[in-house]
Amino acid sequence: MNQENVLEIRGLKSYFFTEKGVVPAVDEVDLIVPKGKIIGLVGESGCGKSMTAKSVMGLLRFPGKIAEGSILYDGKDLAQYKDKELRKYCGKEISMIFQEPMTSLNPVLKVGRQVRETLLIHDRSLNKSQAKEKTIEIFRSVGIPEPEKRYNSYPHELSGGLRQRVMIAMAMICKPKLLIADEPTTALDVTIEAQILRLMKQLRDETGTSILIITHNLGVIAEICDYVYVMYAGKIMEQAETFELFDHTMHPYTKGLVASIPRIGKNPERLYTIPGVVPNLLHLPKGCAFSNRCQYATDRCRSEKATLICAGEDHYIRCFHVEEELAGTGGAPLQADLTQAEPEQAELTQAKPADTQSVSTEVQA
Amino acid sequence: MKQVLKRLIGAIPVLIGVVLLIFLMLRVIPGNPVLTLLGEHYSDAAIERLTLSMGLDKPILVQFFNYVIGLFQGDLGTSYKYSRAVSEMIMDAFPYTLKLACMGVVFAWVVGLTSGIIAAIRQNRLLDRMFMGFALMGVSMPVFMTSLFLQYIFAFQLKWFPLTSTGSFISMILPAIALGWNSAGSIARMTRSSLIEVMQADYIDTAKAKGLFKAAVIMKHALKNSLLPVITMMALQLASMLSGAVITETVFAIPGIGRLATTAIGNRDMPVLQGTILFTTVIVILGNLLADLLYSALDPRIRKGN
Repeated sequence: MNQENVLEIRGLKSYFFTEKGVVPAVDEVDLIVPKGKIIGLVGESGCGKSMTAKSVMGLLRFPGKIAEGSILYDGKDLAQYKDKELRKYCGKEISMIFQEPMTSLNPVLKVGRQVRETLLIHDRSLNKSQAKEKTIEIFRSVGIPEPEKRYNSYPHELSGGLRQRVMIAMAMICKPKLLIADEPTTALDVTIEAQILRLMKQLRDETGTSILIITHNLGVIAEICDYVYVMYAGKIMEQAETFELFDHTMHPYTKGLVASIPRIGKNPERLYTIPGVVPNLLHLPKGCAFSNRCQYATDRCRSEKATLICAGEDHYIRCFHVEEELAGTGGAPLQADLTQAEPEQAELTQAKPADTQSVSTEVQA
Repeated sequence: MKQVLKRLIGAIPVLIGVVLLIFLMLRVIPGNPVLTLLGEHYSDAAIERLTLSMGLDKPILVQFFNYVIGLFQGDLGTSYKYSRAVSEMIMDAFPYTLKLACMGVVFAWVVGLTSGIIAAIRQNRLLDRMFMGFALMGVSMPVFMTSLFLQYIFAFQLKWFPLTSTGSFISMILPAIALGWNSAGSIARMTRSSLIEVMQADYIDTAKAKGLFKAAVIMKHALKNSLLPVITMMALQLASMLSGAVITETVFAIPGIGRLATTAIGNRDMPVLQGTILFTTVIVILGNLLADLLYSALDPRIRKGN
């Protein structure tokens, strides 16, 4: 595992073993969160974004479980950990903010107590009043007005924005190395969204915490992310630095997502939507998962599975169409970029099984 | 405190309604208490004398007002049959019912809650099926059947307990189980389903993400939420047990409130019947109040709502 990275997910497969069949919610996902960076994971509802996060936190529910792959944190493979071992990391080193601030806080406990609890679980040396002081302190730093008063509030007495601030306080109180934010602003209105995003960015700058932000909103990505992964039907379709992704959008799916953003002033007849819906994960198309909605889909797309290839500087893509297009323009850019790419990233372009094996042996060594 | 007062005042119209209803109903149902009292051989003069002395010659409205005025003075009337003050008879019977109810309720709560929680944690495993089987038996078997069944096995065959109750602790165990099994069954079933539902909630994920172990997640976060509906049921069950378990008391020959009421019906002893029903009503109203107060103590959303 590279020391510059906080989290490395390698070939992660999180499957749901249902009576109707195996649902590949997360299928061979490789994802890296470098230190101090904000990484975005974007995709439509039901594409496996949240399941990726839940796999890291050990929150997959029956019949879901991690079938294969590794989740490397600090040189240790969390995917191999039993629940009891994993809990020592959760809340302390890796913490998570959930989508619904309305339902993510326990309705019958005071918010102060809920935040204080995180501290008390991981730091046995603190007594309750010390923990209370620290809680009020972090309430103040995440911008909760009248923190002493709010300490004794119940969740239903707070607005959605305040509740999400409480969640952030809870997640940040132990100064984790990694914060996973699962749609942290989806349930909030736009002005509050901007405040929360600014707060998360500010916390990253102050504490150096890396953030993995999961969203379906490309606006959020553009606002705060350094690097973006685009996910579809359990697979990473495209990944690039944020500017690169918006400047040189390549994958037809990402193009569709970008085109779907409403823009003021352009005044189109209709808002663009990607035709069709995310396929049922039980009955995925044989080839590319996006082939049934893709306007460029060819017979090859429908029958063969594409692999991630390098398509620019630190820009990877899973699409035959782009692959052929790049090759068609002389094949040079593809080759050139491959040689330029760092060895570790270049591995991504090679065949998967060998790749994951080589990484895991590297870790063991 | 203000809420308690408000609720108590709100209970007054209910009480007045109940008093009126009982009074009227007992006068409408067939059967003359005077004739029942006199037995087989009586003269017309005796009937008249007794009717007069019992005040039954006066119009119903007057009888009602006399009764209500008596109630305000703490006088529930005098038993036709035993010529004793009804309040005294109820106070004699209540300790037995209280003892039975307390033991029954402790059995029901302890057994019901623990088996419900264990069943929820071990969902669909052997222990869950076993507990839920027992719970289903408790809920679906009529109390007289459970009573007889327990009596036959543990008192008659094994001779561990006396057949009928004398009021001692040992002799109350079987009746308490017979009475509590049903409640334990419904508590267990409700606790299980409620806990399983709560374990799906988002804030359970939050608690796990904080680093809490499974046991702590259940004890600190899930239980309080899942017990909200169960608490209401538990308080109501306590009230219903306190107001006398007619069948259990009859089968085990316990001289409690339930027995008092059934005997009074047989004797057409209206003052006693009125007294026991009124007593029962007050207890049920108090039980409801307790349930509401507990509920709002546990759930801050309700506390502020009022």
